[in-house]
Amino acid sequence: MTAPPLFSYTLRLADNALILGHRLSEWIGHAPLLEEELALGNVALDLIGQARPLYAYAGTVEGQGRDEDSLAYLRDAHDFRNILLVEQPNGDFAVTIIRQFLYAAFMHPFWRALARSSDATLAAIAAKAEKEAAYHLRHASEWLIRLGDGTAESHRRAQAALDELWPYAGEMFESDAVEQALIAQGIAVDPTLLQAEWERSVDSVLAEATLARPTAGWMQSGGRSGRHSEHLGHLLAEMQFLQRAYPGATW
Amino acid sequence: MSGAAGLRERAWAAAARVVDPEIPVLSIADLGVLRDVRVAGDTVEVVITPTYSGCPAMRMIELEIEAALRAAGIDKLRIATLLSPAWTTDWLSDEGRRKLAEYGIAPPQGAVSRRALFGADAVACPRCGSAETERLAEFGSTSCKALYRCRSCAEPFDYFKCH
Repeated sequence: MTAPPLFSYTLRLADNALILGHRLSEWIGHAPLLEEELALGNVALDLIGQARPLYAYAGTVEGQGRDEDSLAYLRDAHDFRNILLVEQPNGDFAVTIIRQFLYAAFMHPFWRALARSSDATLAAIAAKAEKEAAYHLRHASEWLIRLGDGTAESHRRAQAALDELWPYAGEMFESDAVEQALIAQGIAVDPTLLQAEWERSVDSVLAEATLARPTAGWMQSGGRSGRHSEHLGHLLAEMQFLQRAYPGATW
Repeated sequence: MSGAAGLRERAWAAAARVVDPEIPVLSIADLGVLRDVRVAGDTVEVVITPTYSGCPAMRMIELEIEAALRAAGIDKLRIATLLSPAWTTDWLSDEGRRKLAEYGIAPPQGAVSRRALFGADAVACPRCGSAETERLAEFGSTSCKALYRCRSCAEPFDYFKCH
């Protein structure tokens, strides 16, 4: 049985937000300074907050009785549909900031476009998320400039992080047949239309950060169809532990 | 006054007394979180909108609305969450802005429409009024606030961000 396209689309958005939100939450207690600890925690909260209504809506669309918790906690790695970028480990602070920057530079225009969706629920979620994504982009951009145009060491690490994560950026602009149908109906956003704005954001911040944009090349792919890196399973093992060990636990 | 209108007024007054657990000088009415109170038959529906998607105070606010209505003798109630239109600091009442400043939190400056990607908002110190302030961090103790410091009186303070 194939899932309804709107379910698949909403689930991908929810999975991106949840997995990145969980990744950022791993910084709690480890951030380089207190203000950044609060910032990363707040961004994580925003992302998990975006995931919740998306999962609830996906469950409603699917009509099989799954709620936000069962979608978040009771699926295995191959059922997750997030892009590979968001599941990549936090690495050093530069890796976290580059990952955040590449994602936020896409999501800010994405949410703005989705706020005009013909689907009222997605449009409402997007209108809220757009405001949050604006802060996320600003936060990541300012750090990226500070790291790239900082010391020799911070520059070296920022460039290394950029080179490492760049091949994961291409997946954001993919769309498959499921999405093409929704794009034609005015429900989904055509990601290729966001590429120019994304490139402008990326190029202007990289220039200010004195970082070299990696040359275009082969791009990673697969997360959106359930083919993940080995990192996702480890993330889920921690995130889902409580519900797996104590099914239905609430507090 | 008809029964429904009286019930609505009573329910609104009770719900409007609920305060934000993080910023207890502000009621949910000051914040613009309380959007509507409707009466259908004998059931009261309180409509609220979240400030930020992940704001952890929302669940507590729901519980407190329920407790406030029950204390006012209203037992048949439901709380609905409305996402659209998205909450904005433009809805913060003038009274709310005044109370924020008195509490030591700089209220949001200007309207959301002027939001720029880079650069910090120019914020006056809520303690001494000086415009000589600097932003320490984009995110403060809660999602809705940033951390600033006054260069004149040297006090750090929270700024309620434009949103």
